[in-house]
Parts: sequence; structure tokens; C-alpha cells
Amino acid sequence: MMPARKLALFLLLAPAVLWLGLLILLPHVEILILSFSERVGPRVYAFGLGNYLEFFTEPLYWRTFARTAVMSILVTALTLVLAFPIALYIARVAQGRLKAMLLLLCLLPFWVSELVRTLGWMMLLRETGLISYLLQRVGLASQPVEMLYNDGAVILGLVYGGLLFMIVPLANALESLEPSVVEAGYDLGGSRWTVLRRIVIPHATPGIVAGSIIVFMLTVGNFATPVLLGGKNGLWFTEQIYAQFITRFNWPQGAAFGMLLLVLSSVIVWLGLRLSGQSLGTTLRQA
Amino acid sequence: MRAAMAPSSDLDLLSVTKKFGSHSAVDDVSFSVTQGDFFSILGPSGCGKTTLMRMIAGFEHPTSGDIRIRGKSMVGVPANRRPVNMVFQSLALFPMMNVGENVAYGLTCRGVGKAEAEQRANRMLERVGLKGFAERRVTALSGGQRQRVAIARCLVLEPTLVLLDEPLGALDLKLREHMKIELKQLQSTFNTTFVYITHDQSEALVMSDRIAVMNQGRFEQVGSPRELYHHPATPFVASFVGETNRWTGEGTGGTRIRLASGGEVQGVELSHAKSVVCFVRPEAIALSSSEESLSSLPNRFAGRVSAVLFDGANSSLLVEAPGFEQPLRAVLPQAGPLAGIEVGAPVHIGWTADAMRVFAA
Ligand SMILES: Nc1ncnc2c1ncn2[C@@H]1O[C@H](COP(=O)(O)OP(=O)(O)O)[C@@H](O)[C@H]1O
Ligand SMILES: [Mg+2]
Repeated sequence: MMPARKLALFLLLAPAVLWLGLLILLPHVEILILSFSERVGPRVYAFGLGNYLEFFTEPLYWRTFARTAVMSILVTALTLVLAFPIALYIARVAQGRLKAMLLLLCLLPFWVSELVRTLGWMMLLRETGLISYLLQRVGLASQPVEMLYNDGAVILGLVYGGLLFMIVPLANALESLEPSVVEAGYDLGGSRWTVLRRIVIPHATPGIVAGSIIVFMLTVGNFATPVLLGGKNGLWFTEQIYAQFITRFNWPQGAAFGMLLLVLSSVIVWLGLRLSGQSLGTTLRQA
Repeated sequence: MRAAMAPSSDLDLLSVTKKFGSHSAVDDVSFSVTQGDFFSILGPSGCGKTTLMRMIAGFEHPTSGDIRIRGKSMVGVPANRRPVNMVFQSLALFPMMNVGENVAYGLTCRGVGKAEAEQRANRMLERVGLKGFAERRVTALSGGQRQRVAIARCLVLEPTLVLLDEPLGALDLKLREHMKIELKQLQSTFNTTFVYITHDQSEALVMSDRIAVMNQGRFEQVGSPRELYHHPATPFVASFVGETNRWTGEGTGGTRIRLASGGEVQGVELSHAKSVVCFVRPEAIALSSSEESLSSLPNRFAGRVSAVLFDGANSSLLVEAPGFEQPLRAVLPQAGPLAGIEVGAPVHIGWTADAMRVFAA
């Protein structure tokens, strides 16, 4: 009886274990090992911390790294601020078909690939694009305006890409808030702001944290959006990884950068959880 | 207008109507509640009680009519500015706050400092018997304790009016009986005006100073529990408040009424109406094993016990009698000589003429 049970359990878990082992754990172990190997001669590698030292000694690398972290936090915060009223509307005001429609509307941009979506933004924002043209027509600009290749364009594209992943967990969390609890908040003399601050936001915290973690991770690891919308000024850390692996063919250096990015996401997610007093378990349940 | 609003009245509704589409959930309701009263609104589910209460609290707006609290019109005053607090059907405690914070919430909304709000919340918790519970999570409380937190949260604000929307509905029977008494005691010690809504007539009868019986958006009758019970103004009140026997029949022009099922009963008022309904309370029906002891009663029938509904002090008999379609229900005193009566035994029943209420149908 018991061995049969164990076997069944093993068979059931096998696909998941294989999935985790082959596709996630193994490559990362490989990358981790790779990141500690230094090139000492042509095709000769030795164990060492050189790749990590390189990161700290070359300002371009750690500045790009810091910039990626700060911008990603900014993008996450902006996405949260934008998504909150939308999620509030979807969860508490919209009913039935309207609700489904609105969620579908949020989903719609994801029908096309990220690349095409970003190219769409380029068409709108470039010097000869629609917005530039309209600004000239209205008379707000006297010559073509270039809106691509700056931080604003990068942030815009990233926020746009993250919005859905913030709205869904937020709307989920807000939906479970009993209407009478909100009414009680008003009934006892609370203003809109008090009710939002003391009742709605605390209730939605697991959703806020879940959405923020997802958006932050997607943003930090994004490649196409900063490259296409930021151009040379994009300076996203993933570009550095790409460059090391593909352009410079320096895999160990790229592997070290990859590990650093992983550590960065983990540390910031951990900090976020600590600051909001949430545990990973409840957060995952919300997402 | 002014005469209707004596200075002692805390709440006045003047012809309040609320329509959802073409359906009137509340239809031309007027009443006043005196300072310090325990006022109940009693009616079946869906009759518009919650809608009425939400209009007083400020969550719904009357289609027409006026709501005044201590003489001040509340039209256009938002819910958070009204001197009214509500105990919700689901209680609606704030799960993200502990018990003390729940009670202090309203005070901090008013700008009372944190320390003072905490102190006042603690004092209030002590008064409702929850001393030392301030740090507990609301989810860690029993049903009765949650109830008290919900009430403390209102009372700490010293409102003119506390509204309670079927707050005992979620409790089990034993606790409900206990909370009835406790609520009434709380209300009288705080001397705050309570407006209590319920579909349970026993809750209303036990606790209230005055009761309004509501049906399909309208008030049928407003009065003391005794008035409603003994002098119902409408057939609806007669059948909704308390247990009763009900027959339809036809007036004879005199005080006698011919029942549709064939029997004849004797009332006090002359009745000419073609079609009438009569009501007799089960406790007004006298039971006896001999006919002679009932000889003074104008309504006397010989019947047979069809069921004994034993329920301690509330036990009753169902008696089948010729001329009545349904068995009659009569209270069976457990201290009386008939306490041990069995199904099938012959029994005599009777009642006085003034025990019967007759309405034109
Ligand atoms: N927001 C609303 N929209 C439409 N109809 C409503 C609304 N609220 C209540 N009603 C209707 O009004 C009537 C009275 O409801 P309610 O006041 O909740 O009754 P009660 O509390 O006595 O059970 C019901 O028929 C209900 O369907
Ligand atoms: Mg109701």
C-alpha cells in the first residue's frame, strides 16, 4: 500500500520536478558556475571572482545596474498609482458585462507580441509619428518633435506593459472587500480619504504587493522595451547581459551579470515584503 | 408641520418614498421617534426595511419626502456627516484593525487625538463588557462579542440615533435570546434612541417601546407591542404579530359571522361586509373536558385533538371542530388539568366575543 502510494506521488510530481530541474534550476546552476570562471588564456579558464570585480570597477556596469533598479522601482510605483483607480472601478463599480469588457480591454494589448506592441509605440512617438504631427497641426510645436530615445518613452512603454499584471491582482483583492465594511467606514464619520487609507488600501495590501512584485520583475528583466524606446539612452542592465553573451562572446562575464540581476530582484522583492509586512505565501495566493 | 415635530423627537420621516425604477421599495412612510425610545420596524423579508434604514443613514436618497433628525433636514447631508450610526446586518467590523482600533476609528475620524481616542475606546469597551479585549483581532471574537464591538463602535460617538439592521440574524437561537435582553439593557443604560429593524416579531415585541409594522413598503400600524398584539389595526398586523387563528367568512349584519367553512362565530362589532376575516389568539381559546365550564362563552365548540405541539410553556393543541376547515390552535397550559391530553381525545373549546378581531377583507 505505502510503496504504491509513494510511487503514485512520485509519478504525479515528476513533470513538475523535471520542469523545475531542467528548465530553471539546471541553467541557473550552470550560469552560477560559469560566472565564477575567468579566462586566463585562449580557451583556458580558471576559477575566480574576476567577473564580479569587473562589474564593480567599471562604472558603466554598476551605473546601468543602479539605474535599472531605480527606474524599475519608479515604473512599478507609477503602474500602481495608475492601476489602482482602474482596479477599484473594475472591482467595485462595474457590474456583469461591463466588468468582463474592461478586463478584456486591459488584456487586449497582450494579444500582440511585446515587440509589435513596442514598435507601435515607436510609430506614435517618433519624429515623423502621429503625436509629433498632431502637435504641429495644433500649433504647439513649430518643428517635428522627437519623443523617442529618452527615459520618458522607456517608462511609458514599461508602465503600459505592466499595467495588466498590476490590475488583475489588485482587482482581485479589492473585489473581496465587503461593501458594508466600506459603508461602515463612511457611516462612522470617515472621509473618502480616510476610508481609502484605513480600510481600502490595508485590505488591498496583498494585491498591491503581489502586483508590484510581478511588475517589478517583468520590468527589471525586460529587454525589448528599453532597447527600442530608449535606443542608445536605454541603458538597461539586460542589454549589458545581451552584449556580453552575444556581441562580446564573453559568456562568463554575462553569467556574472545575470546572477547579479537575480540577486537584485530577490533583494528588492524581499525588502518590499518586509516593508509591507506581507509574507510570500499570502502574496502568491493573491496573485 | 411644526406641530408634528415636538422638540423631544429625535427622528421624523415625512412622506418618504423610495423608488427603484417603477417599484416603490418604500412608499409614503411617515413616523416620529421620541428621544430615548427603542423603536422597531417589523416586517417580512423584502418589505423595504433595509432601504428605509439606508435612507436614514444616508446611503440611499429618498425619491421624495424629508428625513429630519432633531428637526434638521438630512436631505443632501452625506452619510459621514449625519449624527446617526449604523450596526450593519453583517456587522461590518473592520478586519484590518483590532478591537480597540475598530472602536476608536470614528473618534479619530472626528479629529480626536490618538491617545484620547484609545482611552475613550477602552472605557466604552469596558461598559459593554469587553474590558481587556482592545488588542484582540476581530476575527478572534465570538458572535456575541463581535456584536458588542459593533455597538460599542457606534455608541462611543454618542450619536443621536443608532440604527440596527437585523443584527441578531446571524446568531444561534440561544445567543439571540441572550442578546435581546442585553441590547435592551444597553439601550436603556445609554439612553440612546435605537431604531431596530427585524423580521422576527418576538425580537420586536420583547425589546421595543414602539413598533412599526411594515408591509410592501408601507407602514400598516405604529404602536406599543401590547397595542399591536391586542388591537391590530389591519389583518396583516393581526396575522404577522404573534400566533393567531384566522378564518374568512361573511357578515350577517349583526354581531355573528358565518364562516366560509360552515361554522358560525360571535364577535362584538356589527358587521355588514360581504367578506370578512376573523382572528382569535391561541391563548384566548379556553379548553375544557366538560361543556358546562365553558357555558358562559358565546363561542363554544366540541372537537377532537388532532395534534399536541409540546414546547414546554409554549405548548399548544390543534383541535378539529365541525364547521372549521383548519384545526384551531389553542394554548395548552402545562400546569392545567389537560396537560396530559392525547391525540384523538374529545375536548371542548370556547372564547369570548371580544377575543375575536374582525376585519372587512
Ligand atoms: N439597490 C436596489 N436596486 C433595486 N432594487 C432594490 C435595491 N435595494 C432594494 N431593492 C428592492 O427593494 C425591496 C426592499 O428591499 P429591502 O429594503 O432590502 O427589504 P428588507 O430589508 O425588508 O428585506 C426589494 O424588493 C428589493 O429587491
Ligand atoms: Mg434587509
